Amino acid sequence: MLLRTKLFGKTYEFGSIKELLAKANEEKSGDRQAGIAAESVTERVAAKFVLSELPLWALYENPAVPYEDDEVTRVIIDQVNLTIYNEIKNWTVGELREWIMKDATTPQMIRRVSNGLTAEMVAAVTKLMSNMDLIYGASKVRVTAHCANTIGLPGTLASRNQPNHPTDSVEGIRATIYEGLSYGSGDSVIGINPVDDSLGSVMRLLDMTYDVIQKWEIPTQNCLLAHVTTQMEAMKRGSPVGMVFQSLAGSQKGNEAFGVSVGMLDEAYEMARKYAWTAGPNYMYFETGQGSELSADAHHGADQLVMEARCYGLAKRYHPFQVNTVVGFIGPEYLYDSVQITRAGLEDHFMGKLYGVPMGVDACYTNHAKATQNDIENLAVLLTAAGCNYFMGVPLGDDVMLSYQCTSFHDAASLRQLLGLRPLPEFEAWMENLGLMKDGKLTEKAGDASFFLQK
Amino acid sequence: MDQNQIEAIVQAVLAELKKKEASQPTSTASPAPVSTVSGVNKTDALIIDLPDPTTPEFRNAVGVENPMNLEGLLNLKSTTPARIGAGRAGPRPRTKSWLLFQADHGVTQDAIYGKVRQEVLDQFGLFTVQTQVKDKAEYLLRPDLGRLLTPEAKMLIGQKCVKKPQVQMVVGDGLSAAAINNNLPQIFPVIKQGLEAANISMGAPFFIKFARVGVINDVNTVIGADVVVILIGERPGLGVADAMSAYMGWRPGPGRTDAQRDVICMITNNGGLNPLEAGAFVVELIRKILKYQASGVELKLKTSEDAPERPPSDVL
Repeated sequence: MLLRTKLFGKTYEFGSIKELLAKANEEKSGDRQAGIAAESVTERVAAKFVLSELPLWALYENPAVPYEDDEVTRVIIDQVNLTIYNEIKNWTVGELREWIMKDATTPQMIRRVSNGLTAEMVAAVTKLMSNMDLIYGASKVRVTAHCANTIGLPGTLASRNQPNHPTDSVEGIRATIYEGLSYGSGDSVIGINPVDDSLGSVMRLLDMTYDVIQKWEIPTQNCLLAHVTTQMEAMKRGSPVGMVFQSLAGSQKGNEAFGVSVGMLDEAYEMARKYAWTAGPNYMYFETGQGSELSADAHHGADQLVMEARCYGLAKRYHPFQVNTVVGFIGPEYLYDSVQITRAGLEDHFMGKLYGVPMGVDACYTNHAKATQNDIENLAVLLTAAGCNYFMGVPLGDDVMLSYQCTSFHDAASLRQLLGLRPLPEFEAWMENLGLMKDGKLTEKAGDASFFLQK
Repeated sequence: MDQNQIEAIVQAVLAELKKKEASQPTSTASPAPVSTVSGVNKTDALIIDLPDPTTPEFRNAVGVENPMNLEGLLNLKSTTPARIGAGRAGPRPRTKSWLLFQADHGVTQDAIYGKVRQEVLDQFGLFTVQTQVKDKAEYLLRPDLGRLLTPEAKMLIGQKCVKKPQVQMVVGDGLSAAAINNNLPQIFPVIKQGLEAANISMGAPFFIKFARVGVINDVNTVIGADVVVILIGERPGLGVADAMSAYMGWRPGPGRTDAQRDVICMITNNGGLNPLEAGAFVVELIRKILKYQASGVELKLKTSEDAPERPPSDVL
C-alpha cells in the first residue's frame, strides 16, 4: 500500500488508512489532543487529495477497529447489503461526494446506497465536504420514522421538550413541560434527563409525563434518559415507556464505559417492542457526540469523526425514531470553539442522514467553550436549512440541570416561522385544535404555560 | 375614498404637525438640533438609572403579556429555576430576558478568563507554582498538562513545604478565578482553625496556577501527605460563576482517579453551600478519611459497615 501525493512540490505520505483519515479531518482539538491531527493545513489538504482517490472497498476492508476485536465493527459490516456494496465498491471517495451532489441523484437513490456503506466510508466522504456541501447533501435525504407520531417529513421541524430540573421535582418538570407545549415544543418527545437514575425516580417521572400526554391527548411520546437498564426494569414493572433511550459510542470499549453492549441493546430493543405503549415501529432514541470515545480512551487511534460515524452504524441496527448528536456538550478539549462546534454539528447531521438514521441535533455549548448563544442560533439555522429533524427545546436555552446551553422553545417557533416549516403533522393539528397555533404561527394564547392549568 | 376618511387623514396630519411644532426649538438659528424644555437641555435631562436586573425580584418577574392565569403562572414559576414564564415578542424572547441571559453568560466568561487576585493569596501566605500549562487556551485544550507540575514548581514546593504532614492544602484556579477570589477568604480560616483544633498537622499551603484536580497526585510525589485537599474553581454555570469544590484523597499518587477521591461541591454564597459551613464539612471529611485511611469508593465501603459513625457530610 502506498498513500502519497505531492503538494506545491512537497511530498506527503501516509502510513495507514487510519492515519490518512485522521489527517484529512477538519481541525478538531480532540484529534490534536489524541496526537493524530495533521501537522499543517497543507498536510491536511494533501490527505484530502489522497483520500479522494481511495476506493470504497479499501475502507470496507480496513475498519477503524478490526472485525474480530470489536462488536460495533461487526454490527456495521454485517448489516451491509452486499449487492449494493458490490455496485459501489470501486467508486472513489471523491466520486461518492460528487454522486451525492449531482442533480440526477435522487433522495431515493441515496437512501438505497446507504445500505451499502460502512461508517468509515460515511466519515471519509464527509471529510471532503465543505460546510455547504454538508448542508446541501443532508437536505437531499429525508429519513422518516413513526412512534406515537411521525418525524422527519419534508416541511416539518420537531422539538424535544427537555424539561430538566436540578432535583427532579415533579412539579418543576411539569411546569416546564407546560411552558414548552405552549410554544409548540414536545412533538419529537417529552424527554427528561433525570438527576437521580434510580428506578423509583424514573418510574415517577414516566408516570407524570404519561399522565400529561393522556390528559391533554397529546400526539407524542415520553422518554426518560436514564441508563437503559433502568428503563428496562421500569418497563418490566409496567411503567408507561414511550421510547427507550441510550447514549452510544463508536467502539465496544466506548460502550463498555457507558455500561452497555450490543447484546444489552438488542434486549432493550426487543423489550421496547414488547412493552412500549406507543404504536411504533420505531421505539429507540440514541444520543452521540464526537470525542466520547477519546475521553474513555476507546478511540483505537482513530479520529473523532470516524468514531462518530460508527455510532450511527450501530444506531441503524435498532431502527430508531430519533438520533441526535449532543455536539458541543463535551467541552473545548474536543471541540474548541464555535467554528469547530458548527463544523461538527453539520458533519454529524450529514453523516446520520447519509447512513439512513432520523437525525436531530442538540446544538449546544458549555461555558468553557469559545462559543455563545449567537453561535448556536447560527448553527440551528444552518441545520434547519439542511433538513434537520429536530432540536432541543429548553426554557430560553438554559438547561438548569445539565448546566449547558442549547436551543430554546422560542427557537423552535422562530425556525419554523422563519423557514416556513411546521410541527409534526399530528402535533400541529393538536395545537390548532387547542387554539395555540394557526396557519403555522403561534396564536395570542401561545407562550403561556398557565394555559395548561385549565384542566 | 369618502369624505370621512379624508377628514380623518387631514386631522391626523394636523395633529402630527402640531406635535412637531411643540418639539421644535424656539430659535431656528441654532446650528445643532438641541431641544430644550423650559430652558433645560433635553439630553442632559435624560436619566436612565436601572435597578440590578439580576436580583431574585427581577428574575422572578413574569414576562407573559395577559397570561390566562397570572397567579397560576407565578406558582408554576416558583417550582423551578428554569427560565419559564418569560413571554415572547413574536416567536423571539422579550428584550429583558434576552439581556439577562447574556449577563448570566457574561459572568461565566469573566470568571473563566479572569485572574485570582494576588492579595487574596497573600492574605493566607500562599506562594504560587504553575502546572505544565502555559496559558489559558492550553489549559482548556490539554487537561493532561494541568495535572502535572513543572520541575521548577516541584523544586520550589520541595524547598518551602514540610514533608509528610497529615494534611496538605492546595488552592487551584481551575475554571473559575471568581470562585477563589470570593470563597477563599471565608473557607480557608475555617479549615485551618478546624484542623488545629483537632490537632491535625497541616503543611504549608500554596496556590497552583492552571490546575486540574488530578494535580494532587503530582503534588504528593513531593509532599507525601496522608491527605491532600485542593480547593478549586468549578466550570461556571449561567449566573453562578463562583462555585468552588473541595476535592481530597487519601495518599494521592500517580494513577489515582476520581473514584479514589471525595468531594464537596457547589461551595458559593450564590445559591450553594456557603463557604463557612463548607469549611466545617471539609474538616469533618478529612477526619473521616484519616480515621479510615481511605477515600472515595473505598471509604464508602468502609463506612457502610460502620453506619453510626457517619458525619453529616455523607450526604454530599
